[in-house]
Amino acid sequence: MTFSKNPLASRLTLISGLLVVWVLVYSVLKRASEYLTYSTFHLTPGSHISDAVAFFLYETPKVLMLLTLIVFGIGILRSFFTPEKTRAILAGKKTFVGNLLAALLGVVTPFCSCSAVPLFIGFVQAGVPLGVTFSFLISAPMVNEIALVLLFGLFGWKVAALYLSTGLSIALVAGIVIGKLRMEKHVEGWVYEMRMNGGAVASPKLTWVDRINSGWQAVKDIVAKVWPYIVAGILVGAAIHGWVPTGLMARIMGAHTWWSVPLAVLIGIPMYSNAAGIIPIVEALLAKGAALGTVLAFMMSVIGLSLPEMVILRKVLKPTLIATFIAVVGTGILLVGFLFNFVLSFNIL
Amino acid sequence: MKKLQILGTGCPKCKKLFEATQQAVKELGIEAEVTKVEDINEIMKFGVISTPALSVDGTVKVVGRIPKSDELKTMIS
Repeated sequence: MTFSKNPLASRLTLISGLLVVWVLVYSVLKRASEYLTYSTFHLTPGSHISDAVAFFLYETPKVLMLLTLIVFGIGILRSFFTPEKTRAILAGKKTFVGNLLAALLGVVTPFCSCSAVPLFIGFVQAGVPLGVTFSFLISAPMVNEIALVLLFGLFGWKVAALYLSTGLSIALVAGIVIGKLRMEKHVEGWVYEMRMNGGAVASPKLTWVDRINSGWQAVKDIVAKVWPYIVAGILVGAAIHGWVPTGLMARIMGAHTWWSVPLAVLIGIPMYSNAAGIIPIVEALLAKGAALGTVLAFMMSVIGLSLPEMVILRKVLKPTLIATFIAVVGTGILLVGFLFNFVLSFNIL
Repeated sequence: MKKLQILGTGCPKCKKLFEATQQAVKELGIEAEVTKVEDINEIMKFGVISTPALSVDGTVKVVGRIPKSDELKTMIS
């Protein structure tokens, strides 16, 4: 790309231009999708096929546009945080304040479960308390920005806020509980013995141009990776929207079958999927009358408690601590599921 | 001869960084030995907590991301 003398100004101009286009397109999506469905394709309003087509034509661009915007924003936000900085903030922090900070930082710190082991060792050696480290390790995968934006796009801000606040609460409380249980002896001994060079890399000074670039890079990486899942999910949602009778799921996963929440968690733990892959299933289940608490519990156990991550963490944690971790987080998810099914039975949302 | 080490426990990004580094060495036409460090104990000795990372002659140059081709070339030359 050849930019003029001031790369920041040219980028900002480009972004503002794109934003205006974004808003304009977004505001006409609904009408455009209806126009295409009923006028261009001549489908009869109210039929199964027209419901499905209108749903697909509206939701696909809407979700992809929301995703692009949010991923770009989060990409820029994340350029302010690195695991090294997060570790420095959390070192020596006390219970509660430390756990709260860890849960919040877990959302914005770039984290990949493949570097969970070096990160865990680095945190523990720098004097981040075990419970605080766990708050971070729980919140980082569970409170996922893609899940957040998809929930917002498909179900509105209340469901998205619910997911965010309960995810943070589980990370906070589970970390405190694990800290109180004094599980330090269940960390593999070599973790504490290992010599680690303190002075790692000085993080490079980033300019705003770099930050904007990293936001754009995040869009390229993430959107390119997840769009097929999203389209597939919306297709499933569209099909269900048009054809499957409501009430089917209400009987199996409704708010009045208490065992559906624990069952959803048990099924969710061994399952492993990225957030984009799971939302379509969530959409489909909710559309057919499954209770929100049950579905939320299912989603959280799929993305928050994953078998591959446990296998990776087994290198540094003894089985007792792994089991405790799963039990504490699983219980938290269970409570969230029950709480929502209970709250929703009063029709608050 | 330069000693370039890619630190990472074998995630897809580590592989990408390894390939990008080999490519950069080839394009620069420099003499360098590119190796992967996959043992966690060895990785931790570099003081790295996010992978992938690149070390040039024992000094860590980048952590947690794959640098752009130009940036990578400046780091290793």
